[in-house]
Amino acid sequence: MMEINLPQIAFFALSALALISAIMVITRRNAIHSAIWLIITLFSVAGVFLMLHAEFLFAVQIILYVGGIMVLFLFVIMLVNLDVAAKQSQFSRQWFVAVVTALVLTAELVYGIYLDHRGFLIIPPPPAAAATNNTQAIAVGLYQTYMLPVEIASLLLLVAMVGAVVMAKRKFE
Amino acid sequence: MIPVHWYLYLGAGLFTIGVIGVLTRRNVIVILMSIELILNAVNINLVAFSQYFHSTNGQVFAIFVITDAAAEAAVGLGLIIALFRNKETVNADEIDLLKW
Amino acid sequence: MLDSALQFLADHSLVLATVKILVVFSVLSGVLAYIVYLERKVLAFMQARLGPMRVGPWGILQAIADPLKLILKEDIIPSGADKTLFLIAPVISVAAAFTVFAAIPFGDKDIVIHGVNLGLPLISNTNIGILFILAVSSLGIYGIILGGWASNSHYPLLGALRSAAQLVSYEVAGGMAIIGILLISHSMSLVDIVEKQQSMGVWNVFLQPVGFFIYLVAAIAETNRSPFDLPEAESELTAGFHTEYSGFRFSLFFMAEYTSMVLVSCIAVTLFWGGWLRPFQGVASLDFLKFTPVVVFLAAAVAISLGARKNQVPMEKLVLFAIAACCVLLAAALAYPLVTSAIQGIFWFSAKVFIFLYAFIWYRGTFPRYRYDQLMNLGWRVMIPLGLANVIATAAVCYWLQPHPAAAVLGMLTR
Repeated sequence: MMEINLPQIAFFALSALALISAIMVITRRNAIHSAIWLIITLFSVAGVFLMLHAEFLFAVQIILYVGGIMVLFLFVIMLVNLDVAAKQSQFSRQWFVAVVTALVLTAELVYGIYLDHRGFLIIPPPPAAAATNNTQAIAVGLYQTYMLPVEIASLLLLVAMVGAVVMAKRKFE
Repeated sequence: MIPVHWYLYLGAGLFTIGVIGVLTRRNVIVILMSIELILNAVNINLVAFSQYFHSTNGQVFAIFVITDAAAEAAVGLGLIIALFRNKETVNADEIDLLKW
Repeated sequence: MLDSALQFLADHSLVLATVKILVVFSVLSGVLAYIVYLERKVLAFMQARLGPMRVGPWGILQAIADPLKLILKEDIIPSGADKTLFLIAPVISVAAAFTVFAAIPFGDKDIVIHGVNLGLPLISNTNIGILFILAVSSLGIYGIILGGWASNSHYPLLGALRSAAQLVSYEVAGGMAIIGILLISHSMSLVDIVEKQQSMGVWNVFLQPVGFFIYLVAAIAETNRSPFDLPEAESELTAGFHTEYSGFRFSLFFMAEYTSMVLVSCIAVTLFWGGWLRPFQGVASLDFLKFTPVVVFLAAAVAISLGARKNQVPMEKLVLFAIAACCVLLAAALAYPLVTSAIQGIFWFSAKVFIFLYAFIWYRGTFPRYRYDQLMNLGWRVMIPLGLANVIATAAVCYWLQPHPAAAVLGMLTR
C-alpha cells in the first residue's frame, strides 16, 4: 500500500478481527465465552457487509443474528448447566486427523481462488439503469423475482417454531 | 478498492475455522456455533460477488441463508435441550446408545 | 479565531461529527441526571409527599449528590463471578443505549454560526435509520443477560432471563408498529419520515393510532418500566439482574435504563408525533405559536418565583429567585426573531419528548405491576396479533388509495 487507504485499513482490521474471534470461538473452554466471541465475529462480518455497500444486510445481520440467534444460544447455554463439562477435555480424540483434513480443504480453496485472481481484477461495468436505494433493490428482488422462496422460507420458519416448541416442552403425563 | 478475491480469502478462512470447530469440539453447542461460522463465510462470499456483479441477487440469497440459519439454530437448540434432559450431557461422543 | 475554528469544523466532516457526538453526549448526560430528580419529585407529588427537599433548594442538587455517592461507594465483585463478563455487562447496556442517539434528528434548520454552515442538528442521516435503531437497541439485551449470568447467583440469573424474554417478545410487537409507519412514509430515514409528515400536513399518530398504542406499550416493556418492571422491581426477586451490582456499575445500569427511556420517547416523537414540527405548521394564522418558547420560560420563571416566596431559608430563596431571573433572561434572548426561528425545531422536539417522559413517570405512579405470565400473555397473544392486523389494514388502505393498481406497485417502490 503506497498511501493510507481507509477502505483497505478497514478491510484488514475487520478480517483480522473476524478470523481471530473465530479462532477464539472454537478454542474456549467456557461455552459462554465462545458465544461472546461468536457475537464479535458476527459484528465483524456485518462490518464487511457494510463495506460491500450492503447496508440492509448489515442491519438484518445485527437484528437477526446478533439480536436473535445469539440470544437464543445464550439462553440455552445458561439453561444447560455446563460446570461439569467445563472440566472435561474439550477436543475429541480425532482432532489431529480433523485438522489435517480441514487444512487440506483450505489449501484447495485458496489454490482455486489463487488460480483465477487475475480474472477478478477485471471489474464488470456497472449497469446502465439508475442506481436505486439498496433496500428498494432488495425489495424488488425479494417480492417480485423471488416471491416463491419467500413463501417457502416463511413456511420453514413456521415448521421450525412448532418443532422447537414441541421438542423443548416438558411432556405432561 | 478492495478486489473481490480478498473477500473470498476471508470467506475461505472463516469456513476453515468453522469446519475445524465442527470436526474437533466435543461440546454440541460449540459445534452448532461453528456451523454458524460456516454459514457466515458463505454469506461473505455471496455478498462479495453481489457487489462485484452489481446485482442484488447475492444479497437476497444471503437473507435466505440467514433465515435458514435462524430456523436451524432454533430446532438444533430445542434438540439439545431435549437431549440434555434425558442424558445429562452435552458432549457429542457420550451420546452413543446406538453403538454396538 | 472562532471563525477559523468554525471553518475548520465545516470542512472536516469527521471532526464535526465527533464534536456533535460530544455535544449530544453531554446534553444527554445532563438531561439524564435531572430526569431522575424529576421522577422522584413527580412521583412524590402524585403520592402526596414532597420528595427530595434537603440537598439544595427544593432538592435540586440531589441529581449531583446521588451520582457522587454512587461513584464513591466500594466496588464489590461477588466471589465466583466471571470477572470479565461482570465488568463488561453494564458497559454493553450503556453503550447500546447511547449509540442509538446517532440516528435521531433533533431539528430541521441548518446550524449557522457566524455565517458558517455546520449542517443539520443531527449526528447522521442514514437511509436505514429505523433498521439501525432496531438493531442497536436490541443489543441492550446482552447487558442484562451477561449481568445476570456473571453474578453467579440465582436471583440475578432468573431476573435476567425473565427480563431478556420480555424484551425479545416486545421487540417483535414494536417492530410491527414501525412497519405501519414505513408503509406511510416510503422511507426508513428518520428525516424523511418527519418531512413526509410535514408534507402530508398531519402527524402519523392520527393516521396510525393503533400503531402508536402498540409502540407505546412495547416501549414501556422494552425499557423495563412500570407497569412492566417485574424483573427489576425492588420487591420482586430482590432487584433482579442488578442485585449484585453496587456503586458505579449499578449507576451504569441505572443510566442505561433512563437513557433508553429518553430514547424511546425520542423515537416515538419522531415516528408518530411529527418530530421537530410545530403543531399546525402549515396554517399561517397560527404563526404566533412560534413564540411558545418565550411563553414557556416566562411561565417557568413566574412559577418558580411564586414557589420561592414560601421558602424559609434565605439562601435557598436567593438561589430560586436567581434561577427565575435566568429563565426571564432566556425568554428575552429567545424573543429575538433570528433566535426564535432557529430554535423552533429543537424546542418543539424537546417539549414533546418532555411530555412523553412525564407520561412515563405518570404510568409508574399510577398502574399496578403486571405479573410475569400476564405480561408475556399480553405481548404474544394481544400485541402481536394487533400489530399484524394493523400492518394488514394499513397495507390494504395504502394500496387502495393509489391511483392505479399497476402504478401502485411502482409507486410504492419508487417514492
